[in-house]
Amino acid sequence: MTGLTPRNFFVAALLVFLIVLPVYAGIAGKPFLITLFTRIIVLAMAAVSLNLIMGYGGMVSFGHAIYIGIGGYVVGILAQEGFLSGFLQWPAALLVSGLFAATIGALCLRTRGVYFIMITLAFAQLLYYVAVGLDRYGGDDGLTMYTRSEFVRPLNMSNKTQFYYVCLILLFGVMALVWKVINSRFGMVIQGSRSNDLRMQAIGFPTYRYRLVCFIIAGMICGLAGALLANHTEFVSPAMMHWTRSGDLIIMVVLGGMASVVGPVIGAVALLVLEEVLSGVTEYWQIILGPMLLLVVLFARGGIDGLLAKVGTKVRR
Amino acid sequence: MLLFLEQCLNGLQLGLMLFLLAAGLTLIFGIMDLVNLAHGSFYMIGAYFAATFTALTGDFLLGAALAFAATLLVGMAVEVIAIRRLYGRDHLDHVLGTFGLILFFNEFVRLVWGPAGMSVPVPAWLNTHFQILPGVEYPTYRIAIILVTLLVALFLYVLVMRTRLGMLIRAGASNREMVGALGVNINLLYTLVFGLGAALAGLAGLMQAPILTVQIGMGENILILAFVVIIIGGIGSIRGAFIAAILVGLIDTIGRSFLPDILRLLLSPRSASAISPAMSSMLIYFLMAVVLVLRPQGLFPVSNK
Amino acid sequence: MSQPLLQVDNLAKRFEGIVATDDLSLGVAAGELHAVIGPNGAGKTTLISQLAGQLTPDSGRIHFEGRDITALPMYRRSSLGLARSFQITSLFLDLSVLDNVALAVQAHAGHSFRFWRNARSEAVLREPARAALERVGLGGRADLPASALSHGEHRQIELAMALVGAPRMLLLDEPMAGLGPEESARMVEMLRALKKEVTILLVEHDMEAVFALADRITVLVYGRVIASGAPAEIRANAAVREAYLGEAEAEGAGHV
Repeated sequence: MTGLTPRNFFVAALLVFLIVLPVYAGIAGKPFLITLFTRIIVLAMAAVSLNLIMGYGGMVSFGHAIYIGIGGYVVGILAQEGFLSGFLQWPAALLVSGLFAATIGALCLRTRGVYFIMITLAFAQLLYYVAVGLDRYGGDDGLTMYTRSEFVRPLNMSNKTQFYYVCLILLFGVMALVWKVINSRFGMVIQGSRSNDLRMQAIGFPTYRYRLVCFIIAGMICGLAGALLANHTEFVSPAMMHWTRSGDLIIMVVLGGMASVVGPVIGAVALLVLEEVLSGVTEYWQIILGPMLLLVVLFARGGIDGLLAKVGTKVRR
Repeated sequence: MLLFLEQCLNGLQLGLMLFLLAAGLTLIFGIMDLVNLAHGSFYMIGAYFAATFTALTGDFLLGAALAFAATLLVGMAVEVIAIRRLYGRDHLDHVLGTFGLILFFNEFVRLVWGPAGMSVPVPAWLNTHFQILPGVEYPTYRIAIILVTLLVALFLYVLVMRTRLGMLIRAGASNREMVGALGVNINLLYTLVFGLGAALAGLAGLMQAPILTVQIGMGENILILAFVVIIIGGIGSIRGAFIAAILVGLIDTIGRSFLPDILRLLLSPRSASAISPAMSSMLIYFLMAVVLVLRPQGLFPVSNK
Repeated sequence: MSQPLLQVDNLAKRFEGIVATDDLSLGVAAGELHAVIGPNGAGKTTLISQLAGQLTPDSGRIHFEGRDITALPMYRRSSLGLARSFQITSLFLDLSVLDNVALAVQAHAGHSFRFWRNARSEAVLREPARAALERVGLGGRADLPASALSHGEHRQIELAMALVGAPRMLLLDEPMAGLGPEESARMVEMLRALKKEVTILLVEHDMEAVFALADRITVLVYGRVIASGAPAEIRANAAVREAYLGEAEAEGAGHV
């Protein structure tokens, strides 16, 4: 849907808001906003990567957050061992995430539907225990990063605003990448596979290998998000990759809308802003999260993005 | 040797617990074609109810019976209020919706019972040891658990093999017309089945309560194990669930207790103690990965669902 | 008969004690339309599934163009020229009609590890798809979502998708299922025209269509071949009449 519909207007406004946020935060004297929205942007990136396999590919993974952990630990471990260059750390995070995704995907993608969901959950648990067992790197207590990734001056990752814009540019890059991939021949195979995998095989596509490549791409993007998150919090721990974190990502994707590239971004913003606002009101705010998710599933399956699109059609009529 | 025997019994007990959960999941999936992620929540609620009712009445058996009944009622209520709107939908919708229920229950429990865990004391009359072989003693309470679960397993066997309801389960029927053709009130049937599944999970939870800590999120850890059982056993098969559950219970328990020693033979003591806790946890996942590679449909797959 | 295009030898398949395919042998010559008929439960769809590669036979051999394809995975068979349509509509309902057929084109247009170019803008994919849709009469409906079309039109999309790969042989599983009289007549005409270019194995219940189109007919009962031959022979065969056509005659079906 192109043109100035309410939905497109909203999306454009959101993206503009993200671009000018640090300026606003500076003027309003609220630097914590930059911190908050950096986190939102990084998790939005992870959610976009999840939507690639979930919304477009129909592969519901309850273990996607492990790549956040993997990317984070690669950066954390390299930093601990003295390799501080971002030029080494970040590509390493991508590579290692990709390798894990290849291995896990190769096993999990032999199943589908309910089985697939259960198996990704089990693998998430497995890798969580591996991380807990990493005594040398903090185990359950986690690993503190004393220096952020180093690049070339004047790029300084410890500068909040600079780091924010690096993350935002990478998010936009990821969104553009996913958009391109989804509309390419490869993307058509992925979408067809979601729609009717049996039929795809009948017409001649070896769908397993395409889905595996898609899985790997999503894992690598999420690994990058992990590397960014590690820099942001200057701390990595197994909790980053617990299966409930994967659940958070799923909520973002469903809440925001699975049918577009920007949907998960909307979902990430909505969820995390809601968390920020409501946790100030009561510590039991999460109790509405569950029923809210159920209601979205039952009545607003297209998420916020879907609802906005409907607003457009109602207005036109 | 004594230790080995004791660990075997512990493994059997864990396996039977897992069977209760896996059987409930399989029942619900087999009859209603519903994936219930919140199954672990009933396990947790059963344990919390047991803690509260035991403290209130001062009697474990009474507390347990009340907890069982309460979980059954909660299960049926959840079915009527939330679950029945999910029938016939995509499995993804089931997963998302019931995941929402997990979040709700975890917070609800935190609200009502507080964030700290609870404990349930082992009832005095069961807090003894029983001599199963000359010189081999084993906690009576754990024996009681094994006996109770075997009874439940027997009941399920009779249910699945000898009743019309069981016929539906075995046929893998999730077809409302076929169920209706047997002259059954579908809504009531579904509510009862879901309640039964929830009650089984609650039973497992309340029995485990005196042995483990009762805490928020306890359901999810064991739920994942139950999923592994179903993956290994084959979804839809109660027989597969039983065998896989015992297998998983034994491997996990015996592995955990003997793996450190085995590792110490192969590696330096320091490395062994560093990696053995993590490796012990990972054992059953390795098993699951092996099964996935060799037989992706599970060991006892129910054909064509 | 010179070497048949499709040769099935002693095919057998059991499911948990039920024999779905029982020592089944048949041959389809190039250029013919070979119909497979039989009462419900005769194992017709099971047969097609094995020919298409969705199911693996317990024993027996399938040869296509002289090549043993018994164990060949499903996705490889269409590249050999063996295409299949489904009994129950099996399309990509959330994509457009054109997307559906374009995917079938894409399957034969080399590998799809292309990540950059917008697939919907590629003429090499879209043009043949539009052409196939024109051929089955859906040219004007190409840009609608597939879910918006009627059941009969879904059958037409199915056919378009099967045609796109220029297959040597089509396995058609009850293409008339659920069609009204007008749509059925249209489908019969389409198949009659198609016959001239493609060898067809047709599984059908619709006796009028079968006798109008088939060059040869094989009759299955409980997974076993009870008769095979020209339509006139089958019509005259006592065993067939009893097992199958008897019902149809009792219902007052017409005869040619």
